[in-house]
Amino acid sequence: MAKIKMKKKSTSTDMTAMCDVAFLLLTFFILTATAKVPEALPVDTPSSTVQTKLPDSDLAIITVGKGKVFFDLKGREIRKRTLEGMGAKYGVTFSEDDKTKFALMDDFGVPVAGLKQIIGMNSADRTKANQPGIPLDSLDNQLKDWLLVSRRAAIDLDDKELQIAIKGDAKEEYPKIKKIMDILQDQKINSFNLVTGTRGKDF
Amino acid sequence: MAELNTGDGGGGKGGKVRSKKQNSKVDLTAMVDLAFLLITFFMLTTSLSKPQSMDLSLPNKDEDPNKPKIDTKVDENRTMTVMLGDNNKMVYYMGLLATPKVGPKDIAYGKDGIRRELLTQKKNVLAYSAGKGKPDQGIIVIIKPTKKSNYRNLIDILDEMAISGVDTYAIVPEFSPEETKLIDKQPE
Repeated sequence: MAKIKMKKKSTSTDMTAMCDVAFLLLTFFILTATAKVPEALPVDTPSSTVQTKLPDSDLAIITVGKGKVFFDLKGREIRKRTLEGMGAKYGVTFSEDDKTKFALMDDFGVPVAGLKQIIGMNSADRTKANQPGIPLDSLDNQLKDWLLVSRRAAIDLDDKELQIAIKGDAKEEYPKIKKIMDILQDQKINSFNLVTGTRGKDF
Repeated sequence: MAELNTGDGGGGKGGKVRSKKQNSKVDLTAMVDLAFLLITFFMLTTSLSKPQSMDLSLPNKDEDPNKPKIDTKVDENRTMTVMLGDNNKMVYYMGLLATPKVGPKDIAYGKDGIRRELLTQKKNVLAYSAGKGKPDQGIIVIIKPTKKSNYRNLIDILDEMAISGVDTYAIVPEFSPEETKLIDKQPE
């Protein structure tokens, strides 16, 4: 009798603890994972073999595609501070609510005057909004100001130099990229990152 | 493994007790399997979805980076000029265009094209520098993207620099008339 009982016990392992641990980890990963939001300007980045990871905060991404330029900042506090600065510079007042919303937003490509409208939309509408891109010609170079203000914000908040990445579409012609690089270099930013996909060396 | 069983108590009083004991345990194997599968999925997607990037450092603008040959008196035997045209066309030559050491030649992207050539030339230049008693002077590549070249071309050539270990290169979008003629020439 006793022997048979022992055997029965040994065939099944107690999985409760394992299950607990597994679900704990699962919850952790789900919560830390950042949901992928559709980008306002989808671009097809070229691939390279070099793999340097981009930082999560203190990063500005300039997206170039279809002849338009979009701007994105990582880090909520920096976004808020930058929006304040830009509002002051261009005479647009943003409410506290706008700032909170802007902090949670992704990339955008509108002149400062039209930014309020974009902030007011929900994310699905933003993607469809057909944003015209940030003006960067010599008369109205808003990209330059965005960069200046956000760099200052990064230094104020974290005492760190803002890193800048260019995310270009593979088919974008060189002069457009060159223009962005020139704007960066005018501000003495000589070192930046180019966002690329990955590939093996065998191509 | 313990299973939920509902209907096979079957026998008398002894059987009833047994079936109750079996009921107390639920099989968690499938649940654990699923949980670990999801964990693996989330772990991989969180770390893999981060965009990769490539560092690029440009020289200071005020110092006119456009004339490395003249300003810094670079040995023309060490320079290789690569011009990027439209439709993924690429032309390269070694030395000065008037008296080129190699080329000018059309070349393709990828491992059988520019990479092989870069590695060969790199070796040649190193041998040449070693002959002069300065073995630390490697090849200098001047990348000239035309207005019609696209961003992919630029990334590709920068990638080739990284793969073949050329660490002295400059992006110079300036063309002499001869160079323009060369890159605009359609293949026969």
